[in-house]
Amino acid sequence: MDAFIMIFTVFVLAIFIGFEVITKVPPLLHTPLMSGSNAISGITIIGAMISVATPSAFTTALGFAAVVFAMINVVGGFLVTHRMLGMFKKKD
Amino acid sequence: MGALINAAYLLASVLFILGLKGLSHPRTAVRGNLMGAVGMLIAIVATLFNQHILEAGTQGLLVLFAGLLVGSALGALLALKVQMTAMPQMVALLNGFGGAASVLVAGAAFIDATDTTLQLTVATAASGLIGAITFWGSLVAFDKLQEWLLPGRPIHFPAQQMLNVVLGVVCLALGIVISVYPTSIWAYWALVVVASVLGVLLTIPIGGADMPVAIALLNSYSGLAGAATGFVLNNTVLIIAGSLVGASGIILTQIMCKAMNRSLMNVLTGAIGPDVAGGAKADDVYAGRVKSATAEDVAMLFDNASRVVMVPGYGLAVSQAQHQLRDLAVLLESKGIEVEYAIHPVAGRMPGHMNVLLAEADVPYDKLKEMDEINPAFEQTDVVLVIGANDVVNPLARTDPSSPIAGMPILDVDKARTVVVIKRSLSPGFAGIPNPLFALDKTLMFFSDGKKAVLDLISAVKAA
Repeated sequence: MDAFIMIFTVFVLAIFIGFEVITKVPPLLHTPLMSGSNAISGITIIGAMISVATPSAFTTALGFAAVVFAMINVVGGFLVTHRMLGMFKKKD
Repeated sequence: MGALINAAYLLASVLFILGLKGLSHPRTAVRGNLMGAVGMLIAIVATLFNQHILEAGTQGLLVLFAGLLVGSALGALLALKVQMTAMPQMVALLNGFGGAASVLVAGAAFIDATDTTLQLTVATAASGLIGAITFWGSLVAFDKLQEWLLPGRPIHFPAQQMLNVVLGVVCLALGIVISVYPTSIWAYWALVVVASVLGVLLTIPIGGADMPVAIALLNSYSGLAGAATGFVLNNTVLIIAGSLVGASGIILTQIMCKAMNRSLMNVLTGAIGPDVAGGAKADDVYAGRVKSATAEDVAMLFDNASRVVMVPGYGLAVSQAQHQLRDLAVLLESKGIEVEYAIHPVAGRMPGHMNVLLAEADVPYDKLKEMDEINPAFEQTDVVLVIGANDVVNPLARTDPSSPIAGMPILDVDKARTVVVIKRSLSPGFAGIPNPLFALDKTLMFFSDGKKAVLDLISAVKAA
């Protein structure tokens, strides 16, 4: 139970940080925010990598599919956000 | 080694937070995004030193790197090929993949679990439920935006809400089975199947113009699914990153709902739509009052103007006219006219959609004005050019309490001296109601396709 409360504390505090940080993002950048946060939610990749490295062939297969999905999120998300942000220019 | 890996995860978490913080200004946004990417790289490299992966053997590593490679290649392909007009579809797809990854990881962890605590089983059920809803909901949203199989309009059938409630209860029951009997692997897959159906059913009643809300909400779900998976694996970086994304999606959902003056419940059940009758008939509003104009008429208006505001809507994205609109603006500026763009929060199919389109067309971002900033300035505006927007400039939102859009914050374009509306016909917008703006004395209707209209305007202004 103690371990759970610890990890739950992290969860609650992270949500508060999320609210604080995200409310400062201007509407101008809401689309890059969505694609960028998508890339961050690709952090599931680390769970997927560990699933691949399991003895059972079935969970390895699940892990492989999860790695592919999560990696599309990571690479696709960060890259498209980078591409988009490069378009936002100030008047010259 | 475990402590070092966890320290690397902490560093990754910090970089994610700093990265999102960077998105608070266009000047720091590129660096912020890169920080996030570096954080992800650190997390991935650290995971390679995980005990299980070190002991995985050649075959396991081959599978792992094959997966990393295939995913990276597909992701890069998507990111480099996608058109800016198709960003809503892209984000919908990415949301869905995040959900799918959570379902698979939680499933694999549940099967392999040796020490099944209540935390693990409850979190597994939550990952499966939220992840599957996110995956299928996002696929439906993607399809609606792409208009492949399903129409963009809301889909309703009898006893829809009832069915959703029943499926929700079944999910809950399966979740309890999973929590109480940690060996019931079948219950997990049953939950995933039922949640998948629920994900589809929850998304089909959402109409095209409500997509900004749906996508923002699914964005939040994909984060929460990741956080739930973090509880399954007892992994803090998953929990932190998932919560950040979950919070982000919820904030965007709130902003979108507020910009439409509707409750989240109302959007999710698709209660608004053409079948909602309200206010006057189109004929009574328009008959004998609508003035149609040619490109030459509009060019003459520009000739006497000193300040012009462009009001783009989803129609701009549909006709891909953002580059032409920018050319027109530059042409007007070369004649000494001040040009700005007014962006309504729900213009387009996702939060910030119009900003990205116009940025793609090289419009400097300091010319893109938010609603609250530009509304007081309409009174000093000579010509407003509305292109592909309808409901977000409908003055009924201010004046008619019985209207379906009553109370929705709008762009006060009717306060400008003259209004030019580029539109194919007088057909209503998503709210299904006539727009008295089109019948005002100061309004000229320019009936045409968006891109063609702007091109005609450019030649007319050049000729004048």
